[in-house]
Amino acid sequence: MTKEMTGAEMVIEALADQGVQHIFGYPGGAVLPIYDAIFQQQMVQHILVRHEQGAVHAAEGYARSTGKVGCVLVTSGPGATNAVTGLTDALCDSVPIVVITGQVPTHLIGNDAFQECDTVGITRPCTKHNYLVKRIEDLPRVLHEAFHIASSGRPGPVVVDIPKDIQFAKGTYSKPTTFQHQGYKPRLKGDPNRIKEAIELMARAKRPLFYTGGGVINSGPRASTLLRELVKLTGFPITSTLMGLGAYQAGDPQWLGMLGMHGTWEANWAMHDCDVMICIGARFDDRITGRLDAFSPGSAKIHVDIDPSSINKNVKVDIPIIGDCAHVLEDMIKLWRASKAAPEKKALGDWWNQIDKWRAKKSLGYKKSSTIIKPQYAIQRLYELTKDRDTYITTEVGQHQMWAAQFYGFQEPNRWMTSGGLGTMGYGLPAAIGVQRAHPQSLVIDIAGEASVLMNMQEMSTAVQHRLPIKVFILNNQYMGMVRQWQELLHGGRYAESYTHSLPDFVKLAEAYHAVGIRCEKPGDLDAAINEMIDVDRPVLFDCVVDQNENCFPMIPSGRAHNEMLLGDSGESVDEAITEEGKMLV
Amino acid sequence: MSSTSHYPAAPAAQGIETRTLSVIVDNEPGVLARVIGLFSGRGYNIESLTVSETEHQKHLSRITIVTRGTPMVIEQIKNQLGRLVPIHRVVDMTLAGPSIQRELAMVKVAGTGEPRVEALRLADAFRARVIDAGTTSFIFEITGASEKIEQFIALMVPLGLVEVSRTGIVAIARGPEAM
Repeated sequence: MTKEMTGAEMVIEALADQGVQHIFGYPGGAVLPIYDAIFQQQMVQHILVRHEQGAVHAAEGYARSTGKVGCVLVTSGPGATNAVTGLTDALCDSVPIVVITGQVPTHLIGNDAFQECDTVGITRPCTKHNYLVKRIEDLPRVLHEAFHIASSGRPGPVVVDIPKDIQFAKGTYSKPTTFQHQGYKPRLKGDPNRIKEAIELMARAKRPLFYTGGGVINSGPRASTLLRELVKLTGFPITSTLMGLGAYQAGDPQWLGMLGMHGTWEANWAMHDCDVMICIGARFDDRITGRLDAFSPGSAKIHVDIDPSSINKNVKVDIPIIGDCAHVLEDMIKLWRASKAAPEKKALGDWWNQIDKWRAKKSLGYKKSSTIIKPQYAIQRLYELTKDRDTYITTEVGQHQMWAAQFYGFQEPNRWMTSGGLGTMGYGLPAAIGVQRAHPQSLVIDIAGEASVLMNMQEMSTAVQHRLPIKVFILNNQYMGMVRQWQELLHGGRYAESYTHSLPDFVKLAEAYHAVGIRCEKPGDLDAAINEMIDVDRPVLFDCVVDQNENCFPMIPSGRAHNEMLLGDSGESVDEAITEEGKMLV
Repeated sequence: MSSTSHYPAAPAAQGIETRTLSVIVDNEPGVLARVIGLFSGRGYNIESLTVSETEHQKHLSRITIVTRGTPMVIEQIKNQLGRLVPIHRVVDMTLAGPSIQRELAMVKVAGTGEPRVEALRLADAFRARVIDAGTTSFIFEITGASEKIEQFIALMVPLGLVEVSRTGIVAIARGPEAM
């Protein structure tokens, strides 16, 4: 079926055909025709943000909490450049989003026109793919292709740059068809021979470990179900990266907690000592591996990933399996059952005994206080008071993010939205807006730090305007906490520029935005204050005043391996633990 | 304690290899920028790069890249190239079997008297063609493996070499099959 319409109308038509209900954006000169088209229809609802970065993070939150493609509409020049941080964030964390940017008319491209920038040039390295549409005939195909590329394979951000004259031009719209592209064919099914080898290796394992990541979440909820089935079937322990939290239920006996730089004692030691590592949808990032030459030295490694470039990038693996997590997991389960694989009971029992010894360290322990709110305690209480509700958590970046990952027990996939790869301060508040838009009845909480959240605080105005009752739970220690921690550990306690003088009064700030402000300074008042926050059906800024000196432990210091973790109460001072070379690193 | 880092250590233990990659791409605006941006952005080497449309009807171009790196980096390069949407195929000509590599150069030599005669004699020995001649200069066209061209250029230096323009390497596999 084809229809005659303008380029701007095609954009709306294509969005509707792709099932888009919401688009986050900010108008400007070069997208006015599209905004005019938005004004005259009911199919796609526009959410006006206050800064284009906020629009992209909102779309990311929307995408990650639903599994759908998030959509953004911004103008040329500064509209596009403001979106770049969000695009890079989405690329690092493999989030499917489509960002439509306006561009100056084709005859002005390259002329340094008003609000012109080389959008495809600037966004080329921070998108999965991008397009500049110079002919109206190409527009419908490009729009549909953009959605396919963003959502298939390893998901990622796609930019479609549309000059203003193309938005006005009339052409023939065509519906999406089966996508055919010679160069782009993501592989879903894993090589059966490799899967067979993997199962044989797993069946012989004495100290096995599942190490899973965001790829399981991106593969869809079915992948999480299958993962749980395989983990139960094998009886193996499982740990996960920051991005993969929720794929496996926290608190389960086989769950070791998060691994990596601020991972648990048991997860990191198990990584170091395992003999068979089954990596599913994770990418051996430097926050995970620590010192590479000491990374899990004795293990045979299986790596399942949809992106061939993730395999053998940092760590050589023994059995690479290129494919979608859900597809491969399904085949693994079938084969495990069919082969009646039964790992040596005695060896596995010994392994679990060892793990229990590591667990006994209680590496997430911290000193309790009755006078001052410990940030870990705040997260624990938040978890206890929200765990029986339909809750989604976003975060900013820093100590609070790590504490959230350590202390909030995620039970399901798509409930945890955090900026992992890029580490974007200012992510959580706009992301919460996106999540709340997708799940209007759910409880959406941004676990924040007072420094990060100020980076996109303007989006409170968006939340209020669109009646999105997000809860911003600020662990306020008046420091850029993670920066302060590193300065304490590495730079002799010289806290260069990490203390924020003149913080706003967050309660008054909330009121200025027509939102609700709550402050809590005493551990004894915390539960009541959190319950008050939950009960308010409006956006809330919750100023939780916490211990300024608390550090995030366990911690693998720079230059150390997994089995050289530091605990909060360890006798060794962190300063001694980090070598001169280690200090070069973040 | 000998500390390395949280970041991957430089793979110093592995040897550096030179590889020739043939890459089939959609002939569309910006495709070369994507390839070059990938190499510069990820710190890969480009020793030589050539590109031209090879199949007009299908809008396909062929890029030939000569690059250097450890086997792990070369594997990354191929996989990263494979991720680019307009790229159809990446073939490692060095690994895929016997292949032929050729380069074309135009070499301008100025001089009179004995050096001029010597230049012409050497050109003949190298099977370089004279494609422009004046009373005080020649332009030679020479085709062959890079080493042969290097050698010819080196010989022309004392004989009045003025300027060189080279295409970079193109490569094709031996035998009846297409890549």
